[in-house]
This record gives sequence, C-alpha cells and structure tokens, in this order.
Amino acid sequence: MEKTIVELRNVSKSFDNEMVLDDLCLSVKENTFLTLLGPSGCGKTTTLRIVGGFTKPDTGIVLFEGKDITNLPPNKRHLNTVFQKYALFPNMTIGENIAYGLKISGKSKSYIEDKVKYALKLVNLDGFEKRDVSLLSGGQQQRVAIARAIVNEPKVLLLDEPLGALDLKLRQDMQYELIRLKNELGITFIYVTHDQEEALTMSDTVVVMNKGYIQQMGTPENIYNEPENAFVATFIGDSNILDGIMLEDRLVEILGVKFPCVDEGFGRNKPVDVVIRPEDVVLAQPGRGRMDGVVTHLIFKGVHYEMEVMAGGFEWLVQSTVCHPVGEEVSLDVDPFNIQIMNKPESEDEEAVPIDE
Amino acid sequence: MNKRKLLAGPYLAIVLCGTIIPLLAILYYGFTDRAGQFTLANITAVTEPENAKALGLSLLLALICTVICLLLAYPIGLLLRRTKGEKKGLIIFVLILPMWMNFLLRTMAWKALLANTGVINAILEAVGLPGINIINTPAAVVLGMVYDFLPFMILPIYNVMIKIDNSLIEAAQDLGSNGFQVLTRIILPLSVPGIISGVTMVFVPAMTTFAISNILGGGKIYLIGNIIEQDFLMGLRQTGSGLSLVIMVFILISMALINKFDKNGEGSML
Repeated sequence: MEKTIVELRNVSKSFDNEMVLDDLCLSVKENTFLTLLGPSGCGKTTTLRIVGGFTKPDTGIVLFEGKDITNLPPNKRHLNTVFQKYALFPNMTIGENIAYGLKISGKSKSYIEDKVKYALKLVNLDGFEKRDVSLLSGGQQQRVAIARAIVNEPKVLLLDEPLGALDLKLRQDMQYELIRLKNELGITFIYVTHDQEEALTMSDTVVVMNKGYIQQMGTPENIYNEPENAFVATFIGDSNILDGIMLEDRLVEILGVKFPCVDEGFGRNKPVDVVIRPEDVVLAQPGRGRMDGVVTHLIFKGVHYEMEVMAGGFEWLVQSTVCHPVGEEVSLDVDPFNIQIMNKPESEDEEAVPIDE
Repeated sequence: MNKRKLLAGPYLAIVLCGTIIPLLAILYYGFTDRAGQFTLANITAVTEPENAKALGLSLLLALICTVICLLLAYPIGLLLRRTKGEKKGLIIFVLILPMWMNFLLRTMAWKALLANTGVINAILEAVGLPGINIINTPAAVVLGMVYDFLPFMILPIYNVMIKIDNSLIEAAQDLGSNGFQVLTRIILPLSVPGIISGVTMVFVPAMTTFAISNILGGGKIYLIGNIIEQDFLMGLRQTGSGLSLVIMVFILISMALINKFDKNGEGSML
C-alpha cells in the first residue's frame, strides 16, 4: 500500500449559503495521477483550491503527509499549482517567471539558471528564457506555467483545467506531455477537469464528483465499466440507462425481456437501473437476438457507425463497425458481462451519494 | 475624408481653437517684445530672483503634493482591489464626491477651516489642544493641493489595480511569496502605468496652480502660476507667455523622467 500524501477529512464549504462541498473525504496516494472529474459547479475546483490553500474549508481538515495544513497559507505549502488561465507574470520574461519561486526561496544564481534551463527543456521550450510572455501561444504559455510550477520540485502538483483553453489537437498533445512529465518527475498530480476523455486518458485514479459529493472513485477502467450510479454512467461516455427488475441473482428483466447478467445480491424482484454501453449492444439478424427492433437513425463516426434502434419501446444507442441502414430490422443482444446493474437512487439528492471508503 | 473621420470634426475644432491657436499665440508673444520684435528677454526673465524663487517653490510644492497624494492613494488602491461589489462602488463614490463641488469653493472652505480663528482651531481649543497656524504658509497650499488633486491620483491607480488578475496574486503566493513580496514583485510593477498617469495628473496642475496659492497662501506665497497670472493681469502678456513656455519645458522634462519608469508606455501622457 502506497503512502497517502494529501488527505481531506470531512471537508465542507459553502459560498453564500450554497453548499459546494458536503462532508467530503478524499485521500490521495503518493505518486498517483488523480483526476477530479465532474460538471461545472460540482465542487472539483473548490476541492483543489482547498488543497492549494486558496480557499479555507468551513469545517474539516486538510492533511499533507499526515500533518494538518488546514490553516497554512499557500506560500507555506509544499505544493504548486498550474492555474486555469496560466497566470504568468506579464512584467517578467519567461525565464524570470520560471525562476520566480526559486528566487523567493533564496536559491543561488547558478542553481536557478540551471534549473530554469532544465525546466524549459522538460516542457520543450529550450532557449525561451529571454522571450516575452505576451508573445507566446496558449500552448506555450501553458508549458511555461507548468515549468514554473515543477521547477520548485513540489511533492504535489495541482492542475486546474490547464488544457481547457487549448484546441483539440494541442490538448491531446499536452495530455501525452503531462503523462510523460508525471512519469519523469515522479510526483503526485491532482488534476481538475470536466472532460471525461481527458480524465480517462491520463489518470491513475478518477474521482467523479457531482453536487459537492464524490460519486465514485476508481481506476479509469473501473469507472467506465462499472459505474456505480446513473450519474457516473451518463457523465462518463455514452450509455443506455434503462429501468430494470432484478428477478433473481444473475437475471434481470429489461423492457419485459429477460437478460442474463453477472450481478448478485440485489434480492428478488428489485427495481434497478441498468447501464449498457452502446458499443456493448450486439446487432444480429431478426429473431437471432434477444429483442427485435428497427434502425431509426444512422451516423458515420469514423471509427464506427452510431445507430439508434427502436426496440421494446426504447431507443437504444448502438455503436458498431457494421453498417445497418435506417429501416432495417435487427435483433439485439448484450453479453451478460456488459450489463451493469445499479441500485436506484432513493431520492433526487441521493443521486449524489457519498461513497464509502 | 470618409464619414468616420467626420466624427472627429468637433474635437478637431476644439483642439484647433482651444489648444493649437492659443499655443501659437503664446509662442508668438513669448518670443517678441512690445514692439513685436524678436527677443529672448521674456524667456530669460525666469532667471530674475523673484521668478526663479517662485519656479523653485512651485517645483518643490508640486513634488511634495504628488508624493503625499501617491502615499495616500496607493493604499486605497490596494484596499479597493480586494473590496467587492457594492462596497467598492460606495468607496469610489465617497472619494469622488468632493469633485462634485466647485474647486474654488472647496479651497475657500479650507481657508475657513484653517484660519487662525477658524473651525479647526476652535475645536482644538475646545478640547484643550494647541492650535495650528498654517494658513498662509506653504503647508496650507500643499494641503489644499493634495485635497483638490487626490482623486486624480486615486482613479488611475484604482483602474490598474482592478485589472490585476487575482490569479497572478495567487500564483505568486503559490510560488512562496509572502504578502510583502507579492506587493513589491507583482502588484507594484504591474501598477506602474497607473502611478505614472496619477503622478502626471497631479504634478502638472499642482505645478501650475495659482488659485490654491492665492486662497490658502493669503497672497504671500508666490508660485510661478501666480507670477504668470499677475503678468497677464498687469498687461505684461509677453513676460507671462515667456514664463509659461519655461514651465512647459520643465513639465516636459519632468514627464520624460517619469516615463523612464514605464517600460510599456501604457500610462504615458506624452
């Protein structure tokens, strides 16, 4: 078991009487890439700012390597932040920006020079020391912001939607860069994003948040394949969410049709939510599958075709590399392993349940 | 001339009538004698002891006034940077409020307040403190200048302060700076354009004022503005114009010195 480096215990925070975080508990293991993922207003940025020291929690404590740092100002914390809008100092050159933290901590001139050079090399901006901040592109500014943070050798690097302002291609390049950086530096990354693809691509651990609660925490595969509730299922990727009845262990009834599955322990005749990913729906000739239906929409997506199939009164989202034109009669089936069963939320708020550690 | 250029027409008319023609007139009078012959006597008049002394005093008082305004306005700018919403509006409103009153009236009010038998001394006497006798001294003139020109220092400083993105402050803290380092390394350099605008807008009118020194100096404090005013009142428009040109040169030199601090030229008035 790896060491916990950052821990939030029972942290709550509200702004203007609006609860942003409610009794949040989170522990971050050393040397992981942890992503806080959720829609805007879910509390992910607030969580990051509490770790960084820019926002004080109303209740609860923040631990860093086991020590309480709740009331420590940002400049006394051994972590650095990459801000959403880069926040480069416009009155300094790129070299001076990167050297800033080292200068403040009183490092020698030659040490600073070497470190700045090294950091620029790390983010592929060799020789940019003397350039002006305003002459950089968004992607370059972001690299400088990252260099400025990592040059101080923080134990934890906080990143607040750092790629949000970049275009798609650049964002993808930067994702690989960040993974490379993390592996080279061997430090802990806490990353905030609303982009599920980004979260799945880069993270060791994904924390899905909604309405100030953690919805689910796990590896990207775990989050994608076994969402614990309908919110996670819809937020991460496309999915078909259906009402079902768990007839008995390993058998669920969906739209009046019995589907074998692999889940147990829900009891008998229990209403549940069923999640089926569109790529897990298998299309066959009519009569060969479990339910018959008609293709109503067809879109070519490049890697696959995306279809909507009306079957059992439900419009199924289906992804397949085989094209079935609109109007074609098909039959659909799902492998038992690909049926994900979830308890129904007990109330609207319950959609946002705190998970057990 | 296209239609959009026509929009500048009224302003051009004002500049022509209000700036260029008078300036040319001053140039003409400044370099001619009463007979209309070219002369440098009006310019060299500044070396006469009385004029040189007034110019020196003007520079000194304007400098003191500018420094005091800066010392008062900067902390207010810092305060306003952190204040939010309605409260900020209220503070700005209160600071601007005196400007709604006629400038001469405000200065007269100070005369009444500062007079040896005035309001302030009456209050001081009532609570058993020694009175102050600064009316008709340079101190009273500086006080009046500071009071009248302070908003011109606050507004440009406030303007640059609110534009400093909070994430820059947070980034500086994140990189280990304490409050003092944030101020000296981030906020101060970024507010230089505002400081320069403010200094210009206070220093220039303080340098040329004659009304404040007339009212609060009791006719005993001669600033260069007073000398020029008197020259014109007495019909010595050639000498007045010559001295005006000299002040302009002094102001231009001062501004050039100040602007040396402004790398980006954002606050430049020249």
